[in-house]
Amino acid sequence: MGIGIRIENLRKVYNSPPPSVAGGRGFSFGPTRSSGGRKEKKKKIEILALDGVSLEIPAGEIFGLLGPNGAGKSTTIGILTTRTEPTSGRVFVGEFDVWKQQVKAKRVIGVVPQRPNLDFALTTREVLLFHGAYFGQSARERARRADEQLEKFKLTDRAGQMVRELSGGLMQRLSIARAMMHDPEVLFLDEPSAGLDPQTRLMLWEIVRGYGSLGKTIVLTTHYMDEADELCQRLAIIDHGKIIAQGTPRELKSSIPGGYVLRVRFDRAPEELLRQLRELPGVTEVHSTDPTAADIYADRGGPLIGPIVNAAQAAGAELHDVHIQEPSLENLFLHHTGRSLRE
Amino acid sequence: MNWKTFYALLSRDGHVARRSLVMVLVQNLLQPLLFTFVFGRVLTSGGMMQAGFKSVLLPGVIAISMVIAGVQAVAMPLITEFQFSREIEDRLLAPIENGWLAVEKIIAGMIQALVAGLVVIPAAWLMMGSSTNISFAHPFVFAAFCLLVALLAAAGGLALGCSVGATQIGLMFSIILTPMLMFGCVYYPWSFLRAFPGLQYAVLLNPVVYASEGLRGVLAPQVPHIATWITASALAAIDLGVIALGIKKFRKKAVS
Repeated sequence: MGIGIRIENLRKVYNSPPPSVAGGRGFSFGPTRSSGGRKEKKKKIEILALDGVSLEIPAGEIFGLLGPNGAGKSTTIGILTTRTEPTSGRVFVGEFDVWKQQVKAKRVIGVVPQRPNLDFALTTREVLLFHGAYFGQSARERARRADEQLEKFKLTDRAGQMVRELSGGLMQRLSIARAMMHDPEVLFLDEPSAGLDPQTRLMLWEIVRGYGSLGKTIVLTTHYMDEADELCQRLAIIDHGKIIAQGTPRELKSSIPGGYVLRVRFDRAPEELLRQLRELPGVTEVHSTDPTAADIYADRGGPLIGPIVNAAQAAGAELHDVHIQEPSLENLFLHHTGRSLRE
Repeated sequence: MNWKTFYALLSRDGHVARRSLVMVLVQNLLQPLLFTFVFGRVLTSGGMMQAGFKSVLLPGVIAISMVIAGVQAVAMPLITEFQFSREIEDRLLAPIENGWLAVEKIIAGMIQALVAGLVVIPAAWLMMGSSTNISFAHPFVFAAFCLLVALLAAAGGLALGCSVGATQIGLMFSIILTPMLMFGCVYYPWSFLRAFPGLQYAVLLNPVVYASEGLRGVLAPQVPHIATWITASALAAIDLGVIALGIKKFRKKAVS
């Protein structure tokens, strides 16, 4: 029987500089405010990382948190895995209130951090053996499982090597092997494919899918659209500490008006031009992004270019640039935030 | 309380310490031993120091060796493990309350401090040569003091390790540890500070004073020393305070 996750109205405000150095966690540069009371000599910095996030992830689902750097993905994972204390709100892993029943929660979760945090004083195999021991596995059991994991992650020939001598990609693989060592019911992967070569990335996807097919719940964060699209059964898109959309990748993609986005730039874009663009066939929405540019949401791409050029000429403007984006989660993000995911 | 996990954490530290045992012993013990040789052997044989100084020095050297070994054994790994690499994270995710990991660190540090003490006693004795007047009349009191000093060192290492950043390690040695050792009555009995009354009472804030004076009272009772019941109770009280402080700091540092 699997274990689901429930997040209730989660807020996190960092009072000190967020642990971006320590844990590689992202944070939002956005809503920063200082509460400069008269008594306080130092200016207190408050960074709002999560602003009222609620989510329900059913048991056995592969769930993705998608968002740009600093959106609050890692903070969410940190709170779910007992590593970051929420300012308010509650999180449950199965029936356990993570912050009241930490030890019970820790027993059922496995965590792959954003950056490998392997124990540098040990060898590859020892990392797995000690991890098994922390979870109470007998010497025989952990030896067997460690060898299985080494084999599965193609690390057998590195078994005796000190961890600090491994390359970044190998460390990442070992991190994942370690997280699965005690066969957790819920697996958290924070940007698992960052820094992996394409081949290892495919191997990772296969392993995640395989683990999911055993009925395990998997939560992963990513800022790669293709990864979210390919791997996740359901997604939440998060930005500035808020969930801005959630659903299956298909639902989310079909929720964008039109599906296509044409990002156009003119020498100038007067209101008259925007009005004409809105009336073109197949166009559902036009957002002006700055005085010379607009995003056109439409049900077609290339066939619109001729009419756009004509509309521009009629309005006395000149088309400088056009970029067509096919239906994707990227467009969804753009639609909700007005920003591209990589901006 | 989850003993299996606790034991696994302890064996991890034991495993890592054994791997670097010789290096660690050299790192912690070479300086006090050379000091013992120069002051206890060279200067006494040349007549610059009286032979009685050897008995003053030996208990102090045992105390300082244990303190250095315990502090380093806990603080140094902790500082790096909490840094950039967050190596400690895997252990913080082990199914045990975070405070127990701090307790485990203290016990591992105590063991290393005791090992350092066990090694330094015969080594220093050999270096000093004959006429070192040391008494082992009270083995249990001696053992109790060793435990109190080891606890002080390990818990102090925990508190320091959770307060100091990697860039401040050098500073930690020069502004915290060095004055604590110099004003820790390691190389002279406390009563010798009579000529500096302000200093004499100021150093009583320094826990190392009770460590070296306490061991002096047990091993070289003929040398003037602070009464054993005072040093023992002061050490016990300070130990409790430092343990509480260390665990509190650790738990705070463990979570963001």
